[in-house]
Amino acid sequence: MHELSITESILEIALRHAAGRRVASVHLVIGELSSYVDESIQLFWQELTRGTLAEDAVLRFAREPGELLCVDCGRQFPVRTPDFVCPHCQSGSAVPATGKDCYVDSIEVFE
Amino acid sequence: MNPIRIPVVEKVLSANDSVAAETRARLDAQGIFSLNLMASPGAGKTSLVERTARALKDSLPVGMVNGDTSEAAFDAERSQRAGALSVHINTGGKCHLEAAMVRDALKLLPLEQIRLLIIENVGNLVCPSAWQLGAHRSVLIASIPEGDDKPYKYPKMYSGVDVLIINKIDLLPYVDFRMDYFRRGVETLNPGLITFPVSCRTGEGLDAWLDWLRSRAA
Ligand SMILES: Nc1nc2c(ncn2[C@@H]2O[C@H](COP(=O)(O)OP(=O)(O)O)[C@@H](O)[C@H]2O)c(=O)[nH]1
Ligand SMILES: [Mg+2]
Ligand SMILES: [Zn+2]
Repeated sequence: MHELSITESILEIALRHAAGRRVASVHLVIGELSSYVDESIQLFWQELTRGTLAEDAVLRFAREPGELLCVDCGRQFPVRTPDFVCPHCQSGSAVPATGKDCYVDSIEVFE
Repeated sequence: MNPIRIPVVEKVLSANDSVAAETRARLDAQGIFSLNLMASPGAGKTSLVERTARALKDSLPVGMVNGDTSEAAFDAERSQRAGALSVHINTGGKCHLEAAMVRDALKLLPLEQIRLLIIENVGNLVCPSAWQLGAHRSVLIASIPEGDDKPYKYPKMYSGVDVLIINKIDLLPYVDFRMDYFRRGVETLNPGLITFPVSCRTGEGLDAWLDWLRSRAA
């Protein structure tokens, strides 16, 4: 149950950057590996924003896929494999590429 | 009236990270080396704290902060009996420790008497990895009965830690644990990760771990 803390942080960031203006939307990038559940964040968002300048603001999620980069063929593939073997060239050498980030990308405010 | 867009690009947990940075500065000022110990429930976190405290208490006095989802302070009491100075945090249902919880718990420990601080995180392979606590190293305990596929299932946890302990190696003869398969997954996610295979039951492998701690905390 970590989505409550996450949502509190998102709201704090949005209100700080809005600097007294009404928030229309908040755009999030959530790495797939971070295992945050959109629906729970959405639910807490409705609770926490009540009575704030972010009340009624829309949350938009962009999912960043969790992928490995194959060291041999240079292509990326989903980390969710049973053995981390590259499906393109069967190489067993890969390094983490994407999916760990989790940030507020931008907000929209009414002037 | 059309809204205007403001770029933010700020990590969701940036506020937590700043509290963690304050804690780190505080520990540095006290000359304390610190660990954020993470693992699934039952992997042997408290057993490792007990073993470590017992072995080092005269040379590197150990402080322990234990986070749990309940009021029961069993683990803090166990480490206390092993010679650590310990404090229990009830996370109030949260599945991980956060930097502010640790900051507040540290106010209850006599830091001037401690040289090594071990924070036992909530037993969980998913959530704790996202919250920095301010510790100098994050340490993950894997244990043999959990199975050899855990790096493949919990890539975020395995890719984010500084040290890996493989505990319960005394059980290798009884469990189908393919060490090479396990190690290959770890190596992909976290190349060159410092790894200590140990048994907190028999004591095997613990000397290397203790030597590493002594060299870091010196
Ligand atoms: N066989 C064996 N059992 C162990 C070892 N380390 C811990 N245990 C046992 O595993 C159980 C859970 O250990 P504990 O330290 O409480 O795990 P925690 O939940 O991660 O803090 C206890 O029954 C320990 O005695 C080990 O190296 N070998
Ligand atoms: Mg424990
Ligand atoms: Zn490839």
